[in-house]
Amino acid sequence: MVQTHAPVHSVEEIASGIFRLVFRSHELAATAQPGQFVNVKVNDSLFPLLRRPFSIFFVEGDLVSILFNVIGEGTRILVGKKPGDVIDVIGPLGNGFSAAMNSGGYKTAVIVAGGLGIAPFPFFLSKLEKNKNVLSFIGARTANQIVRFGFNRIHIATDDGSEGFSGNVVDLLAEHFSDHRYELPRIFSCGPTRMLKRLSEFTQKKNIACYASLECAMACGIGLCQGCPVETINGKKKYALVCREGPVFETGAVFL
Amino acid sequence: MHESFTVAGLTLQNRVLVASGTFGYGDEVPQLVDVNKLGGIVTKSLSMKPRDGNPAPRIAETPSGMLNSIGLANIGVKKFIEEKIPKLSTFSCAVIANIAASSVEEYCGVLEKLDPFEAIAGFEINVSCPNVKEGGLSFGTDKEKVALITKELRRRTKKPLMIKLTPNVTHISEFALAAESEGADAVSVINTIIGMAIDIRTRKTKLSTVTGGLSGPAIKPIALAKVYEVYRAVKIPVIGIGGITSWEDAVEFLLAGASAVQVGTYNFVVPSAGVTIAEGIKSFCEQQSISDVGKLVGAVEAKRDLSVIESWL
Repeated sequence: MVQTHAPVHSVEEIASGIFRLVFRSHELAATAQPGQFVNVKVNDSLFPLLRRPFSIFFVEGDLVSILFNVIGEGTRILVGKKPGDVIDVIGPLGNGFSAAMNSGGYKTAVIVAGGLGIAPFPFFLSKLEKNKNVLSFIGARTANQIVRFGFNRIHIATDDGSEGFSGNVVDLLAEHFSDHRYELPRIFSCGPTRMLKRLSEFTQKKNIACYASLECAMACGIGLCQGCPVETINGKKKYALVCREGPVFETGAVFL
Repeated sequence: MHESFTVAGLTLQNRVLVASGTFGYGDEVPQLVDVNKLGGIVTKSLSMKPRDGNPAPRIAETPSGMLNSIGLANIGVKKFIEEKIPKLSTFSCAVIANIAASSVEEYCGVLEKLDPFEAIAGFEINVSCPNVKEGGLSFGTDKEKVALITKELRRRTKKPLMIKLTPNVTHISEFALAAESEGADAVSVINTIIGMAIDIRTRKTKLSTVTGGLSGPAIKPIALAKVYEVYRAVKIPVIGIGGITSWEDAVEFLLAGASAVQVGTYNFVVPSAGVTIAEGIKSFCEQQSISDVGKLVGAVEAKRDLSVIESWL
């Protein structure tokens, strides 16, 4: 974990309203693992005050990228960054997908992502053992909001039916799994809580291991503020911290 | 210039501490900050039994501030003694144990358990906790309870005892006087201010507990006024807290009457802020040829000077 002042390399819109910001940091690039995140101070001012957490979208050489849409003051400032501008980044943070992706016991990695929940997966796929089968299910509101970077065969669901399956991505997954058999699948997921909740119900019914990266408002990202609790199921403690114990949890271990 | 000084019986290497609940137990951030360069660490509030804390959402950002309702989540005094004190014993900065409780007996019990440990240099008492026996109102808004807690704790320790006061009262100085009269060595001013935020689309409060504590730069002017008020009312030292993010902020607190300061919320943004602020105060004093930082304490000149208007521009 480091705090670093990283120069911005580029900001580009890679799907409608979805931006990719690339910055340069050797230390971060060298140590980041899939599913970890960075906590970014978007400017030197006291407004906005807190850092903003972002999944690590991709790492290539010394370049690290994050993905966001413009929803508040922090992301409005980020989207205006120019090459050479400096952002203050703490990371890499949290427990990502590494443990679940590197432990044996599965042959097919099934990615289920909703909206900006695709963020951790290009990096994930770049690090996944080449002998795994990969199956990706991506849900978006509409066709032009689908981020395809880093994915191969994609099964798409759109809310408005403008591409692929019309409806939500979990229903698409369920339909696909009723028609196909996969040897030892393991699901890796990220997306809106409502989606994860439905996914967790589906995977428990089908007895498929499922890991999800959770989103939660947080301040410090390192466990100091205790601001990001998720309630555990049968855990030793009532709450785990999304920032430090997560953001990736086995979906059966937490109340979504 | 060697900065080491004594305040309220505590020997500190500089005047910047980190506030309770913003720095864990001091052992979470070794990679981002050299804790031994801090004046001291105030631990997360400790209660007798572990506390889970409140459900999410526990925090919400507001303009230059943040609301929290963590609910005093902590590992409990037993686990703190077993797991944290051995590590804290290796720190060269002062470690102050912050205590939270839901009864006077619990305050006393926690303090008695911690008092024997050399690693604990002193105590800071969080009186902004609900008094469970008497309807859940905060102890800190009842002068007699603040006096009683101070009195009972004073009997049980010779170590420095600081009472952390809530600003959610009409005259905070009366509470400072109550603590002073029962033997407190210092008062920490201020704890968070009750606040609230609403999501207008869902019509839900942004915190699960409806209201919470406001902290951060947004409260700095309020905190400064409270420090000034308390400094003029009591003889014991005042520890200034509230929205400090820079050495300039810290110097303002010293001038208003704080003998030392605590950095709180800004640790969430820059965990090494306390160290930078301590270094900044030192450089400022060197530049200004101030031989002793203590000369700044309470040195504010409370009169109008039209030249201050220039600093607006």
